Amino acid sequence: MQDFIEFFSFTDANIRYVTLGSVLLAASSAVVGCFTLLRKRTLVGDAVAHAVLPGVCLAFILSGTKNPFILLIGAFVTGWLSLVVIDYITSRSRIKEDTAIGLVLSVFFGIGILLLTAIQQTGNAAQSGLDKFLFGSAASLIGEDLIAFGVVAVLLLVAVVLFFKELTLLCFDQAYARTIGFPVRGLELLLTTLTVFAVVVGIQAVGVVLMAAMLITPAAAARFWTENLKVMLVLAALIGAFSGIAGAFVSYTAPSMPTGPWIVLIVSMIAILSFALAPGRGWIARILRQRRNKTRILEENLLKLLYQLGELRQDYDSARSLEELLERRNIPRKEAIRGLQKLKRQGYLQKEDKRWLLTPEGEKRGRRVVRLHRLWELYLTQYLNLASDHVHEDAETIEHIITPELEQRLIEELNYPDLDPHSARIP
Amino acid sequence: MNAFWIILTGSLVATCCSLLGCFLILRRMAMVGDAISHAVLPGIVIAFMFTGSRDTIPMLIGAGLLGVLTTFLIEFFHRFARVQADAAIGVTFTWLFAIGIILISVFAGQVDLDQDCVLYGEIAYVPLDLIITEGGLSMGPRTVWMLAVVTLLIGLFIVLGYKELFLTTFDPAFAAAIGISTSLWYYLLMGAVSLTTVASFESVGAILVVAFLVAPPATAYLLTDDFKTMLGISVLLGTIASFAGYYLAVWLDGSIAGAIATVTGIEFLLAFLFSPTHGKLRRQKRVQTVGH
Repeated sequence: MQDFIEFFSFTDANIRYVTLGSVLLAASSAVVGCFTLLRKRTLVGDAVAHAVLPGVCLAFILSGTKNPFILLIGAFVTGWLSLVVIDYITSRSRIKEDTAIGLVLSVFFGIGILLLTAIQQTGNAAQSGLDKFLFGSAASLIGEDLIAFGVVAVLLLVAVVLFFKELTLLCFDQAYARTIGFPVRGLELLLTTLTVFAVVVGIQAVGVVLMAAMLITPAAAARFWTENLKVMLVLAALIGAFSGIAGAFVSYTAPSMPTGPWIVLIVSMIAILSFALAPGRGWIARILRQRRNKTRILEENLLKLLYQLGELRQDYDSARSLEELLERRNIPRKEAIRGLQKLKRQGYLQKEDKRWLLTPEGEKRGRRVVRLHRLWELYLTQYLNLASDHVHEDAETIEHIITPELEQRLIEELNYPDLDPHSARIP
Repeated sequence: MNAFWIILTGSLVATCCSLLGCFLILRRMAMVGDAISHAVLPGIVIAFMFTGSRDTIPMLIGAGLLGVLTTFLIEFFHRFARVQADAAIGVTFTWLFAIGIILISVFAGQVDLDQDCVLYGEIAYVPLDLIITEGGLSMGPRTVWMLAVVTLLIGLFIVLGYKELFLTTFDPAFAAAIGISTSLWYYLLMGAVSLTTVASFESVGAILVVAFLVAPPATAYLLTDDFKTMLGISVLLGTIASFAGYYLAVWLDGSIAGAIATVTGIEFLLAFLFSPTHGKLRRQKRVQTVGH
């Protein structure tokens, strides 16, 4: 608790730097990541992240200093080159994109490792700290680095705001963007550049290997909560920023802990929870929805059965036994009983010594399902010229889905019909 | 002698990885291989923690399980949570890799592994860990023996399951129609990839595994249209890369794994430019002749 207060009062200048740094880095890469996610090119970011390493090493070898701007330029050049190479290989040979990504990723990184270890062997004292690019160290961010990366991060965010409309169009409808005269090629170039910048900046926080997570994971998590791109960008930035702060906090309380992996671990947990729990798109929400649909279909089928039995015997007012129902339609016994009991609780059915009777509401609902079924069969035979013995299966499904508005349209379209294709009366 | 053992280790890793890589790249699953090679890390660390030693068998089991778990997780996120395929891969492997790194930091005192070794291995130390018989006779490095066994297993797996692997790779619908379970062979293949990754991990690190899984098969794919030839060529290319990479590393005084990965990249570049059938230059020439 002591640590907590100390950390979040931000009195220590060092803590301010680290927190601000992590937040900026994580948020800017999360925002750019949203666009790469929507273009389904997330793993390209992984390749760029690995490809940055040889650039950093080359910049160091050529300049002999660890000036962050020079290293950034080196990183930028090879990161950009890796994307060009991936595009070139995929468009000019029969190598598929995933192979090209894997190839570029491992070869560029291999070159980087070779250079890095070669530099380390030279015994040049200035080289120490280059290897922090491998795993990142947001916790050791100091004034000068922070200014360099802060500037780039802010530029990234400004670029996204300025070109928001263009980038959106690029993600969702490239063909349309081209027809209305947008420079699509230029925009792709812009997005590529933004991605490379985001990676170059982000590796300071989490390192080469885990950089992919900073691009992919916040965006993937945010995608589950909203259908609106603006909201998604803000959410992804918030998720990124939160994990940035949390990671910085962890390595503040336990200095031996690496910041990068903690940031990634936290952001991944948020993402996995989002996949499971998000309303609408989430896994649990979908399971519940499926189950709800299944029970509704079962209930409607039971009501329909009772109604059809009444129709058959010209007698809607006497109760039917379970056996009578199961004879006409193959429903697992247990499910049928559960469904009937639920319908009784809802007031659609009455029970008279182990036999079931439709209440007026139940009869109304059962009649509607039968009506929809027969209307649809008629519609299919009249408008799609399907044979009358081919339409039952389809109607079995659609009878649970048609809305009252659609029902009205169908009735008008079919000119208030009396009989369905099997000459049964439409109630 | 040291050079011999190191190159032999590299070649054994190259053989397993390139053989499996041919199937992976044709199934468009190169990045799944990449994901597995990163995601086995927590399995290795956990096995270390339980046994307190570098015993090979628990490590193979621990990491093998993690490898299969990775494929399950990717499938699960993609199919049940409807995360788009590339994002499912990215989220899964970075998450597991981060856990692995954190575990290494937590148990830094007890686990004899460091972060750098995870990435580019310690192939240079392979000749130091020898199996000495009671009579004092040196039987060669432990890693080489383990890799030899794994290579044998992978070789057997491919020879025995060749028909099934081939069919599920090229024509899954037909394979399913004649009663071959595509998902069984999918998971068997992924299991084999995990096993290889784990066995190679300690000696060459995650990056060289990915390089061997992708680069030699991709190069071979540019050189031939026959699948068996492709398997052969990629093993050959991997072995050549181990040789050349070792001497490149000695010359530059750098990481051997990094150097080998660099050489696989050079091989690909050469094939990309000069391949008689699919090379860039050759194709240009052909286009010109047609033009005239």
